[in-house]
Amino acid sequence: MNNTATQKTAVTSLLASKVWWLSLAMIAAGVGAGIYALYVGHGEAFSNTREIPWGLTISVSTCFAIISTGLALLFTFSRAWGGNNMGVLGSRMVWLSIFMLCGAFLVIGLEMENIWRISLDLILHPNFTSNIWWMGVLYGAAVIVMILEVVLIVLRWYKTAVVLGVLCAITEACAIFNLGAVFSSLKSHPFWYGGQIPAFFLGSAVLSGAAALLVMTALSYGIQRRRMSEEVRAAMTTGGKIMLLICFCLLIANAWKILNAYSGDYELITAARSLTEGPLAINFWVVEIGTGLVAPIVLLMITHLRYVSVMVFSAILVLVGQFISCFNMVVSGAIVPWDHGIVGVPTYLPFIPTPAEYIVVLAGFGVVGAGFILGERFIDKTFMAEDSSH
Amino acid sequence: MKMNDLEKVKSEDLSGLRSSERRNFLGLGLVITGMYLGGTVLSLTPVKSAEAIGFEEVVPVPGKYPYAPHYTMVLREHLCIDCGRCMEACVKTNHVPEYGSRTTILEKQRPLEGNAIETIFTPVLCNQCNNPPCVRVCPTSAICKDEKTGIVRIKKDLCIGCKACMTACPYDACYFNEEPDVRAVDKCDFCWESRLSKGETTTACAEACPTGCRVFGDLADKKSEVYILLHTPGTTIWVLRPESGALPNVYYINT
Repeated sequence: MNNTATQKTAVTSLLASKVWWLSLAMIAAGVGAGIYALYVGHGEAFSNTREIPWGLTISVSTCFAIISTGLALLFTFSRAWGGNNMGVLGSRMVWLSIFMLCGAFLVIGLEMENIWRISLDLILHPNFTSNIWWMGVLYGAAVIVMILEVVLIVLRWYKTAVVLGVLCAITEACAIFNLGAVFSSLKSHPFWYGGQIPAFFLGSAVLSGAAALLVMTALSYGIQRRRMSEEVRAAMTTGGKIMLLICFCLLIANAWKILNAYSGDYELITAARSLTEGPLAINFWVVEIGTGLVAPIVLLMITHLRYVSVMVFSAILVLVGQFISCFNMVVSGAIVPWDHGIVGVPTYLPFIPTPAEYIVVLAGFGVVGAGFILGERFIDKTFMAEDSSH
Repeated sequence: MKMNDLEKVKSEDLSGLRSSERRNFLGLGLVITGMYLGGTVLSLTPVKSAEAIGFEEVVPVPGKYPYAPHYTMVLREHLCIDCGRCMEACVKTNHVPEYGSRTTILEKQRPLEGNAIETIFTPVLCNQCNNPPCVRVCPTSAICKDEKTGIVRIKKDLCIGCKACMTACPYDACYFNEEPDVRAVDKCDFCWESRLSKGETTTACAEACPTGCRVFGDLADKKSEVYILLHTPGTTIWVLRPESGALPNVYYINT
């Protein structure tokens, strides 16, 4: 019996160790790529251009921030207001939310041309009309609140932790609206402009937050070689239900976004066409819609949310879809040149991310991976204490 | 109808017209004429007397320009021959690297009858907007609207390189200057740093233009060429992307 337990621990430790070192390698590679970009110039290292200044890195950091917000919101829904049985995974939500946000910060930081000026200039020379300023400050505050929240959870001061959780959820909700407004307030990009994106991001947050929670919980139980308790299985099923509902809502929202654009002017129609039949069509139909929304709906419906493995697989599909959805959103809004009709100006501006950008993005995933392993190593007892206490 | 019957019909000549109908007709005529003459000049000139004029109006009201001097550029589009001297002068004066540009010339082609094509050159540059989206989005106030001149200027030491201004600009007027001594977003500032602040009275591009296409001046000065060009009745004035709500200070005319 003791031998079996020792063997299990060894396997767990080996697996965790592999994930840990892989995560650190990803962070190192990403930071290396960021330094390389600073050295040779972002214009040389990244595919971003004067016409499309934001691309892969911005979209991935946006997606990390969205997932973080979703986790913070789900924590509040579950713990503060009740109404569902996901409370058992509450501390894991907060923990993951912190590292999702750290991943977002790292990727966006590596994207900045003058990263060393950020902290001081944001404080000493704030521009209160800037959505980026508000987004940065609010997400920064959210990280601090969440760290405090984790400390309280570890100390088992659950009631105070819930109060901080609500504060954090409100902060992150305000932050995500500003993140949406970074795009939706730009009249120069008609496909972004309007009230849809902030609400779209909110839906996406809840969906991807639930999906990330399912994947990371399953990974944790896989690595630790534990059997899920009934409470955890019930929490996973609730996560599956949330995914099913939001996938359906986002499918409808996507359909109307495209239909509305088709009734607009040249720029709107051309931007919508970039998704439906243009350079982003495979991304849109195959990955964002097919893999990220339709397949999870079908899988979850035909299995009636009975199997954890199917729910986790669906959650992986959802996350893949959401990352590509962010990329599609960012690029489709900027890919149509404003000076269309001018000699030499193409219908769509060319945009293919460079290897350096992909490597920078890896750093974000590395942070999430490393954070996950840290959680498994150091506050696993807190996660499990909650499991047994509910 | 016979001639005799016609004599019995009420006369429709002007002698039977009531004076109120005459006034209404004249009023209608004045409105239509005013719309064509005054409207073309006034409705397209988006000078915002900051508080006095609403966003929906792009009407210049003489004497109510927000800045003094209110620097403006008028581009007489039909005079541009795409010689590129403006761009060369700009690069030389403002040390623009080869991967960037502060001003450029766009080329449009309009099909005419009999397979003929009319080529139109449109010089473009930062529009020094009165409602500049780039200023609103910058998180560190690195871009600001000069309170005296209305020129949109960059404080390069504050630029964090987030490129929000590049994304927000409706005219793609900004680029990131990666030179070690700059490392900031760069764009046209009507040669403020290189010339105007040192006592010069015009921009390098306007000075280099051999055809008089680029006219630079102070819109608040009634004797300036830009004022006269923009307030000549019958002149059709347009701006690029008026729907952006940016209220540009670069105007296009064809006279």
